[in-house]
Amino acid sequence: MNTDEKEKGMAGITELSTKRIDAKFRILSKKNACALICYLVAGYPNIRMSEVLVDVLVKAGADIIEIGIPFSDPIADGPTIQGAYNDALKNKVNPTKCLALVARLRKKYPDLPIILMTYSNIVIREGGVKRFVQRSKESGVDGFILPDMNIDEAHLYIKVASEAGLATVFLASPNTKKIRLKSIISKSSGFLYLITVFGVTGAQKSFQNLTAHSIRRVKRLSGSKIPVVVGFGISKPEHVRYMINAGADGVIIASAILDIIKSNLKSPTLGLKIKSFVEGMKTACQSKNL
Amino acid sequence: MLSSYPTDNRFGKYGGRYVPETLVPALDELEEAYNKFKNESFFQSELKYYLEQYAGRPTPLFFAKNLTKYCGGARIFLKREDLLHGGAHKINNTLGQALLAKRLRKKRVIAETGAGQHGVGTAIACAVLGLSSEIYMGSKDMKRQKPNLTRMRLLGAKVNPVHSGSRTLKDAINEALRDWITNVRSTYYLIGSAVGPHPYPVIVRDFQSIIGREIKMQIKEYSKTSQLPDAVVACVGGGSNAIGTFHPFIDESNVGLYGVEAAGKGIKSGKHSATLSWGSPGIIHGMFTYLLQDKFGQVSTTHSISAGLDYPAVGPEHALLKDVKRVKYTQCTDVDAAEAFLLLSKLEGIIPALESSHAVSYAMKLAKEMGRRENIVITLSGRGDKDVEVMQKYLATKDKKSQNC
Repeated sequence: MNTDEKEKGMAGITELSTKRIDAKFRILSKKNACALICYLVAGYPNIRMSEVLVDVLVKAGADIIEIGIPFSDPIADGPTIQGAYNDALKNKVNPTKCLALVARLRKKYPDLPIILMTYSNIVIREGGVKRFVQRSKESGVDGFILPDMNIDEAHLYIKVASEAGLATVFLASPNTKKIRLKSIISKSSGFLYLITVFGVTGAQKSFQNLTAHSIRRVKRLSGSKIPVVVGFGISKPEHVRYMINAGADGVIIASAILDIIKSNLKSPTLGLKIKSFVEGMKTACQSKNL
Repeated sequence: MLSSYPTDNRFGKYGGRYVPETLVPALDELEEAYNKFKNESFFQSELKYYLEQYAGRPTPLFFAKNLTKYCGGARIFLKREDLLHGGAHKINNTLGQALLAKRLRKKRVIAETGAGQHGVGTAIACAVLGLSSEIYMGSKDMKRQKPNLTRMRLLGAKVNPVHSGSRTLKDAINEALRDWITNVRSTYYLIGSAVGPHPYPVIVRDFQSIIGREIKMQIKEYSKTSQLPDAVVACVGGGSNAIGTFHPFIDESNVGLYGVEAAGKGIKSGKHSATLSWGSPGIIHGMFTYLLQDKFGQVSTTHSISAGLDYPAVGPEHALLKDVKRVKYTQCTDVDAAEAFLLLSKLEGIIPALESSHAVSYAMKLAKEMGRRENIVITLSGRGDKDVEVMQKYLATKDKKSQNC
């Protein structure tokens, strides 16, 4: 790409920028549907496959793609994502390669919201938060999810991300106190990420009343200010319907997808299996209409 | 004044609380409870009772005459934390935090352990105070610190092996944090070093500062003057015995403070744990501190002959003390530590932990450069019974080498 093209590309991105996430939620809300957010670890099983898998996810109906940049010590993640991070790191995946992946996806999907998920140390390394946010923006990223960056430590991160027009998605938990929840809502952009259970990422068998209760509670406080997306452990269409009934505006499917990848690594039907799984979840996401 | 840190949850720019949201209410609750009880006389007298009647405080400050003569320099004193119940300084903190756990009405206690000393300390405190304990330990450490593994089990603790990452202390902390996120409502996380999210580095420092306070009084009694030691030396892994030793001296500018990290097989080998010497600032285990990491921010695999120092980060207060140059952080290799281990055993009849041997080794060099009227205090953080197997191997290799020569 020569400089001119690069600048043109960048200008185009700036125009859309965080708007992609907001636009997506507007469209879905008109259709009365719930957002389906699908997660992949960049470089698991390898970078080339990650790109192919995004194609599969998008075709199957994913509304937003979340890309995980592997970190050596992911304290909020269970065995599935830990394992995928580990394998990706063995494949020598690094943030630069992850951002290059996003840039290729951005070219292919100009309107697709793409969010990075990683840990704070990756973001502050190599020139600091500002440099990382800038590089992300240039690659076509729309926002960030950083599970170990809570609002107390996020002053600089919020400042540089919002200046760049990128979304800062903060997490809330079932035990978050009301006053703090209000502050999290006001500091989040794109959407709010509500953790549905006490625990780390990974498939859950079923959800308890606590989950529905906390979704209702957060929705009451957030009103129409920001979409509320739930994640951690969602692995079946019935989970999705459960979250929607409680009022969720979106669901994040992460470990469940990685589990399918892991158990079909060498299978020629991996793509088909992911496709049919995601289509099932997508159908459940339409059930807001029912 | 340096002793007044932290302010705003931080030691200068270090520290903070980089944790998932689920843990924020638990850390708030812990901080509130700690601030309430730390000055409460009933809490303090209960802690004092257990420290004196059960753990064996105060520990002696022993004048190591033979070692002093051998080095031919400053007078060397040993702060005998190795004589505490459980065999290490860890119990100062585990008793304090277990009493806090009781006041928070948490019946289940979890902890991480590297060398197993903190695991043993936690198991002991929980046994005597009627709490249940589960200890996370890297599977690599389980192999090299077998005696402590058995001790924890005998004391009624459940030991959970950790197979992820480098299978050492770092990964044990990750796994303990994951457990805490999952069981936060019923569980107290008893961190063993001056690391982790605020307020842990403060709590651990405060409970361990009894080491430095006793040294201060004991050295005065010994010299019958108001003289303070000229130098104080402690080993630094996460840094709990070191910060406990240093903190009461931080504002005494005429006392030289020396923290000794594990140089392992040397900086060129890449196999070491000398975080402050050769690391750079980063975020791990909920804190901003010095970290051994690659240029992308992935945490490095560390090495040390002593499991207790085999950790890629360090307590955030040490990071501040390094930057302001109040403490001199230096290193000692595996071989030098092992030699100091052998020497102290023979000269003074004291078998030190391999961790503490790092401090002994550096202090011997330092003593030689100091005057005969000067005093140097080494904190002997633990005893070396747990290390006899490792030392047996060391001696066998050494014998082989000398035969080949």
